[in-house]
Amino acid sequence: MSIRRSSSGKRLRSVVPGWGLFKGMWLTFRTFLRKPVTVMYPVEKEIPPERARGVIALDVEACTVCMLCARECPDWCIYIEGHKVQQPPAEPGARARTRSVLDRFDIDFALCMFCGICVEVCPFDALFWSPEYEYSAESLADLLHGKERLTQWLATVPEPPALEGSEPEGGEP
Amino acid sequence: MSLLDNVWVVLAVKLGLAVVILFALALVVMFAELKVSAHMQHRIGPYFAGGRWGWAQVFAEALKFLQKEDLIPRDADAPVFRLAPMVSLLGTFAVIVIIPLSPVLVAGDLDVGIFYALAAGSVSTIALLMAGWSSGNKYSLIGGLRAGAQLIAYELPLVLAVVGVVIQAGTMSMVGITEAQAQPLFHIGSVGISLPYALQGQVIGFVIFMIAALAELVRIPFDMPIAESELVMGYLTEYSGIRFTMFLLGEYAGMLAMSAIASVLFLGGYHFWGLNADWFGPFVLIGKALILVFVMIWFRWTWPRLREDQLQSLAWRWLVPLALANIAVTATLKVVL
Repeated sequence: MSIRRSSSGKRLRSVVPGWGLFKGMWLTFRTFLRKPVTVMYPVEKEIPPERARGVIALDVEACTVCMLCARECPDWCIYIEGHKVQQPPAEPGARARTRSVLDRFDIDFALCMFCGICVEVCPFDALFWSPEYEYSAESLADLLHGKERLTQWLATVPEPPALEGSEPEGGEP
Repeated sequence: MSLLDNVWVVLAVKLGLAVVILFALALVVMFAELKVSAHMQHRIGPYFAGGRWGWAQVFAEALKFLQKEDLIPRDADAPVFRLAPMVSLLGTFAVIVIIPLSPVLVAGDLDVGIFYALAAGSVSTIALLMAGWSSGNKYSLIGGLRAGAQLIAYELPLVLAVVGVVIQAGTMSMVGITEAQAQPLFHIGSVGISLPYALQGQVIGFVIFMIAALAELVRIPFDMPIAESELVMGYLTEYSGIRFTMFLLGEYAGMLAMSAIASVLFLGGYHFWGLNADWFGPFVLIGKALILVFVMIWFRWTWPRLREDQLQSLAWRWLVPLALANIAVTATLKVVL
């Protein structure tokens, strides 16, 4: 039934010249009467999806200054500096160990193209995507954000989704 | 009274009024285009300028254009380049004087009114050719020549579509044509019913006139001369600042003038059933014209641009024969009935 109706509609379209013109006009007119979808930004705000690529957040505790992110970054917008400190040995008499301390972790968001390679490449889960997006600045230099600012964004990182097929902790198998 | 007897004073007053009304309405049309186009695309459009609905947007834009540098390219033919936008506006202003807003409110009721309007309106062809030729830019030249070909091609169906109305009314005066449409066509009881010419069998003429008017105004879907994806901006490429604004204003004022002429010819002008033409005439006519302007804007934001050869074939293979057939049928019926 519905198939027959659609085929007759097709015939009408091919018979009446310029049918598509009026169809288009009907569409624009309907749109004209409907409410616009515009969000009045400073007054109302759109809520971005949880996994939106808004800004990159840094967990300083997890970072080992391995530099993988800085080296993989396609536009070299991550600047890392660190130094090594002596740690007391694990057991008495053993060799003293070294640990890397992060001094500087800057991301230049004026250069960043939000590809997310740094987040993926980080072996210690120190970098995260945050859906936060309101950090525009009046000059390019102000878009260079240090580790303090990057750490603040860590609070806005959403909980990672549960792994597929895995049961919640303590649940019955 | 003695002051109004002086022909020069009257002329100055009429000229001033026509210019002010036309400019004010052109700004209204510009604003309508901004808003209508926005809402047809699910947007809001200008919103903040002026406080409410962004009504001051057009004034802000006009001021912005005034501040811009008036650039004239080195290779341009400077005097012609400077003159072209003024000629473009001149054509529109020359047309506006014969449009009757009410039985008395008409700047000049010529016996050859519609003939004069079409003749004066075609001055814009020369303006566009001047602009294209003098810019010293190949895109402008192509655009200008396209405009010339297009405007000449569509002048013919425009005039031929009007001939039907002129035959039916038996006069070329704009007031005369309007009054002819106010004559009762038939009677229901003792009430005489008058119909505008669009409902008296000039529907084809009306459609042809509107299509040709769109092409004359170089509006989408007939804006091949300024096709921005092919010709940058056509004959407007080298224009900036106040001269670009004049072209822009000319376009919107032209839309208004063409719509007003179409309202007079086909939609009964300042007459509307039950409304006193002396008092409500201006509002009725401007209302009708604005509805037609809305339709033009509607076309623009719905349809894609035609190809250059499609444009020419539409004019010569369809509109001209149709308009000629319309004239033949109208003339025959006029004699027979």
